[in-house]
Amino acid sequence: MQTTSQNFKANSIKALADPNLQQALGKMKVGFVEKRAKARDALPEFDALRDQARDIKNHTLANIDYYLETYEAAVQKSGGVVHWARNAAEARQVVLDICAQEKAKSVTKGKSMVSEEIALNEALEAAGYEVVETDLGEYIIQIRGESPSHIIAPAVHVLKEQVADDFRRKHLHLDPKRSLVERKDLISEARGVLRQKYLDSDVGITGANFLIAETGTSVIVTNEGNGDLTQTLPRVHIVIASLEKIVPTLDDASAILRVLARSATGQEFSSYTTFSTGSKRDADPDGPEAYHVILLDNGRTDMLGTEFEDMLRCIRCGACMNHCPVYGSVGGHAYGWVYPGPMGAVLTPSFIGVADGGHLPNASTFCGRCQDVCPMRIPLPKMMRAYRRKEYEAGLAPPAMRFGMDIWGFVAKRPGLYRLATRLAMGVLGWRGRRQGRFKSLPLASGWTDHRDMAAPSGKTFQDLWDQRHGARTTKDLEREAAQ
Amino acid sequence: MSPPSSRDEILGKIRAARGRSGPVTGAERERLEARLKSRPRGIIPQKARNTGAALVQDFITRARAVEATVQDISSLSEVPDAVAQYLADHNLPAAVKMAPHADLAQIDWSQRPTLTLSEGRSFGQDKVSLTRAFAGIAETGTLMLLAGPDAPTTLNFLPEHHIVILKRSEIVGAYEDAWDAVRDRLGPDGLLTRVVNMITGPSRTGDIEQTIELGAHGPLGLHILVLAD
Repeated sequence: MQTTSQNFKANSIKALADPNLQQALGKMKVGFVEKRAKARDALPEFDALRDQARDIKNHTLANIDYYLETYEAAVQKSGGVVHWARNAAEARQVVLDICAQEKAKSVTKGKSMVSEEIALNEALEAAGYEVVETDLGEYIIQIRGESPSHIIAPAVHVLKEQVADDFRRKHLHLDPKRSLVERKDLISEARGVLRQKYLDSDVGITGANFLIAETGTSVIVTNEGNGDLTQTLPRVHIVIASLEKIVPTLDDASAILRVLARSATGQEFSSYTTFSTGSKRDADPDGPEAYHVILLDNGRTDMLGTEFEDMLRCIRCGACMNHCPVYGSVGGHAYGWVYPGPMGAVLTPSFIGVADGGHLPNASTFCGRCQDVCPMRIPLPKMMRAYRRKEYEAGLAPPAMRFGMDIWGFVAKRPGLYRLATRLAMGVLGWRGRRQGRFKSLPLASGWTDHRDMAAPSGKTFQDLWDQRHGARTTKDLEREAAQ
Repeated sequence: MSPPSSRDEILGKIRAARGRSGPVTGAERERLEARLKSRPRGIIPQKARNTGAALVQDFITRARAVEATVQDISSLSEVPDAVAQYLADHNLPAAVKMAPHADLAQIDWSQRPTLTLSEGRSFGQDKVSLTRAFAGIAETGTLMLLAGPDAPTTLNFLPEHHIVILKRSEIVGAYEDAWDAVRDRLGPDGLLTRVVNMITGPSRTGDIEQTIELGAHGPLGLHILVLAD
């Protein structure tokens, strides 16, 4: 898809002024956040399970070549085919080749963020295939010509009334006078329309939440059942999964599943967790005749052994974006590529480069909620900070920011000068603002004062107060305390 | 197809990042193989650890909490009445597509002559299916169903209502317990059945304004008959 991550600021300004989007985002805050908190509170072992999930993934990543080769052998034993793809173009080509070989006409898809990452729909459509997204949210944005704005709730930015308009525009074979007021009406209409698509399609494509080395199994986690129909009814099932989806055993997958749904939707378990191994067996009454898995790298191996390796533990639950004040204000589209929110602010520069994606890590207040709620204990703020540094080092930060940072750096590295400067600023601002107690505008601070008043400083600087209250301790003090 | 060199290059990059020139070898490899075989269990939550009648009650309570309906039956002979009652309660036509399972074949439907029964997979025309579960997992009220000649996967997803028979003795505590039961019945090839479905309540979606509605693509209703044995 076309990247607009470079324009994050302009995208955000537009998003903040969009009343429909703001209304939709308002609904999200109560939903996901409260449900997750409830699910966490209902499971006393939750935090220990998060530690365990982190450890399982770390072990897997340390030996990921071993587990991928073990997985590959197991898939082959079950009659499946494994394809390795270094990048998006190779992965797309594998899918196109399979579709051509199977003389396919239509393709149905379960929800897959990796397929968004490789821009698969565009490639299939350009090659003349009919592509139908079957997840309700994905279907809605497909007919709107949009991309997902959330990794597990792709149409979270769309209001019910907008969906009704889209359905009327798209489903012209249905009675124009039908009622589409209730959510139930919309869901039942989508169910009816998509039902025939599953039955007619030749190839079904799904993602994978896990790949299991022990058994050569791919796992999808859904609530709707669309992924299951997508992979059961067509002749061919193609799984597209990135390398880091691998885990050693069924037990390991089960252990991580305990934190996945709780973190994502606040459910204890999603409706459908489906483990698929190979193609239809001789005596089976249904299922696909061919089973392919595409293992996609597309930048993952470049993250191994770097400060961004922790990001490969991500299980795509979306908790970080659900709890992010920036995401909650501007929504997912402002981020400009496939992955939004805090996880996207790390993955985007990792996958498309700091030049295009390096601005996203600046879209953080470093409040730390993303790390607090991450089921895999990924240190998201630390990695966003690392990308800020990279952006600065690469000379990509805007000149005004660099100038300001240089001055700040010069002063901050000289404690005497810093004290003097802050005392001076405090004194001047305190005196100027002594009547109103606040400023309606300040030179160089319009970014703040355009939206709210700045309080006038009063009293002493932080450092002076620190000294006065004996908050500051010398190395000697610390040694003395340690000896006591 | 992707060039064969892609595989080598990806594995090569992983090994370079791990400071190795080839695959894991020696004692380290043995350790990994042993972990795969022994499948160490992690933390099993307390809520998955009940036994006996309490375990069965946990399963039933939690299945109901996710909008499944559950009914106790004391023998297979009660199935026809239970099914007929369910169809009547939901205004459904008197027709059921049944999995070709040996246990289900034993049911005597003669007392319900108006009920049309057929066996096999679904092609999307069936309103109601009747299948046999492999296990029930008390931890989250989850059913486990194994695909196979006697268990078409389409029956779990295409009909609007899915009725499942589960024996009390098939209810286990944790997911890991269910996997152990699965491994006990693997064939000589050691392969899992093509699909293992974990089903927790009926189909649902929150994709329109975050509000959960039942019956998105899969069944609108999931009815579990817990059979005493």
